[in-house]
Amino acid sequence: MAYALQQLINGLTLGAMYGLIAIGYTMVYGIIGMINFAHGDIFMVSAFIAVTAFTILAAADVTSIPLALTFVLIVSIFFTSAYGWAVERTAYRPLRGSTRLAPLISAIGMSIFLQNSVQLTQGARVKPIPPVLEGGVVLWDAPGFTVQIGWTQMLIIVTTVVLMIAFTWMITQTPFGRQQRACEQDRTMASLLGVNVDRTISLTFMLGAALAAVAGVMVTVYYGVVDFFIGFLAGIKAFTAAVLGGIGSLPGAMLGGLLIGLIESFWAAYLWAEYKDVATFSILCLVLMLRPSGLLGRPEVEKV
Amino acid sequence: MKKTLLATAVLALGGFSNAALADLSVAIAGPMTGQYASAGDQIRKGAEMAIADINARGGVLGEKLKLEVGDDACDPKQAVSVANTMVNRKIVFMHGHWCSSSTIPASEVYNEADIPMATVSTNPQVTERGLDNIFRIMGRDDQQGMVAGSYIADKFAGKKVAVVDDKSAYGKGLADEMAKAMEGKGLKPTLREAITAGEKDYSGLVTKLKQAGVEVMAYGGYHTEVALILRQAQAAGLDLTVMGGDTMTNSELVTAAGPAADKVLFTFSPDPRKNADAAPVVEKFRAAKVEPEGYVLYAYAAFQLFEQAATAAKSTKYADLEKAMRGGSFNTVIGELSFDAKGDQKAPGFVVYRWQGGQYDYAQ
Repeated sequence: MAYALQQLINGLTLGAMYGLIAIGYTMVYGIIGMINFAHGDIFMVSAFIAVTAFTILAAADVTSIPLALTFVLIVSIFFTSAYGWAVERTAYRPLRGSTRLAPLISAIGMSIFLQNSVQLTQGARVKPIPPVLEGGVVLWDAPGFTVQIGWTQMLIIVTTVVLMIAFTWMITQTPFGRQQRACEQDRTMASLLGVNVDRTISLTFMLGAALAAVAGVMVTVYYGVVDFFIGFLAGIKAFTAAVLGGIGSLPGAMLGGLLIGLIESFWAAYLWAEYKDVATFSILCLVLMLRPSGLLGRPEVEKV
Repeated sequence: MKKTLLATAVLALGGFSNAALADLSVAIAGPMTGQYASAGDQIRKGAEMAIADINARGGVLGEKLKLEVGDDACDPKQAVSVANTMVNRKIVFMHGHWCSSSTIPASEVYNEADIPMATVSTNPQVTERGLDNIFRIMGRDDQQGMVAGSYIADKFAGKKVAVVDDKSAYGKGLADEMAKAMEGKGLKPTLREAITAGEKDYSGLVTKLKQAGVEVMAYGGYHTEVALILRQAQAAGLDLTVMGGDTMTNSELVTAAGPAADKVLFTFSPDPRKNADAAPVVEKFRAAKVEPEGYVLYAYAAFQLFEQAATAAKSTKYADLEKAMRGGSFNTVIGELSFDAKGDQKAPGFVVYRWQGGQYDYAQ
């Protein structure tokens, strides 16, 4: 029981991070109907920005952890959003009027570009940072097994919950949310009604990148090492999460992320760890067979 | 015309005098240029010192040694051509080559020409092809698992041990050997697991180890994953000791794992500088401003092996030398050398090290 609880905590932490990245995929798909394959690499770039920020802080002798984390988060969100904006501006906007396949290919190209440029400028070796937040709380001292939740795990889960609430509020209650939903439903009509479509799309990319930046900082703090290739696997998993939850749906992306995190950790805990990925993708196939638009997705209605 | 004649005469004289002085030619071969040139340089420094010392003692069987140097740049094709050159120069003993991929093709040439060779190449195939002229003065890649597994069985008897690998050819092979050696000594691994290299989250594995009460993890794979597992184990309150292979010598492990790296044990070739009998030779190298690291002392030992084998056999003919090397036991700067039927060194070629405060040293 205690063991299962510990694996639940592990799974939730992992799932929260997948979910944060998955929202970036789902928002972009919702608004312009394309898969932003460079999103995983935006996440990787944000982790590198976080490592750089931590290194600067260490050089400046900053020892207060809350201060350091806030600074790193702000720096990472700022620069990563800039990356998100630049990627949209250079790789997707010029192709908006063309076929559906063109931006997809340019997204893959962008992904390769980001990966290689980071490898060339930062080197292929892993970049470590010393442990930032050590320790945690003992939740339950069961006989033979102590259930523990680390401060970092707690930070990740709490941050994700807070961000999710803030996001839901923004999409449903604010003028920007209304514009975004309008663009999602019908871009031409929205522009006729005075919504600045280009600006809304740019902002959507920046928001997705900002969430990826939060995930990037969390990964850096939690695992302590980053390398230029982390975006690939994380991107694939997060994309799967978005599809599982129903691409285009925000709560779906979060649900999908959590489900994948939990499936991975429970499968590895009770069955064979080496078949973990096989299990995850088999479940994805099953869900799509039964519900082609994902768990919380709305079936797409062909507009005439 | 006169000048040309004179020059030719001088050259010929030079050639003759050279031949007259060089009673016995011995050789080294390895990467003297290219990516691995630092290893070639170590071999050359060790060999030069060994030959100077042997000649100062009066040479081998009353004849002075002359050193030939071959450069294969770790290229198998160049290695074969170096081997042919050396055969033409009538060498009686070869120390080389360095890269296994060079040693394997070159050894066929030496074998045909009846030239004994001592090598430091570690690929099992070097001695697995039934050639009787090869003597390996270093460990084999596949001995690592045996040494690591026996160490765990001896030092951690009664503790729960998990065997984990990263599904790579190297990692799985090493982990399998470790498990086999442990079971051979009566320690049955509690868990046998595999992970996917390149991931970041191993908390699932860590929790599983914690649940099973595992204290020692025998790991086949690379240092990157070990660093992550150790950090996550520490965060989960699991006191885990890791036993790995030669890949753990990478100092990236320490930067990535932090203080937790002190829990890492690994197998690697013994450091001959720590050999008490080698102290005078080590001093001599240092006095000559050469740090006897890496392959320096191995090269020195290779020529001690030749000297002692030739003295024992009272001959430098191939059949006599080969018999003496295979049957004898030789006292060298890298310790006592003796060989099995395949030509592998009998003493284990690997010892267990432990990381401690960013440095590694023999584990007690």
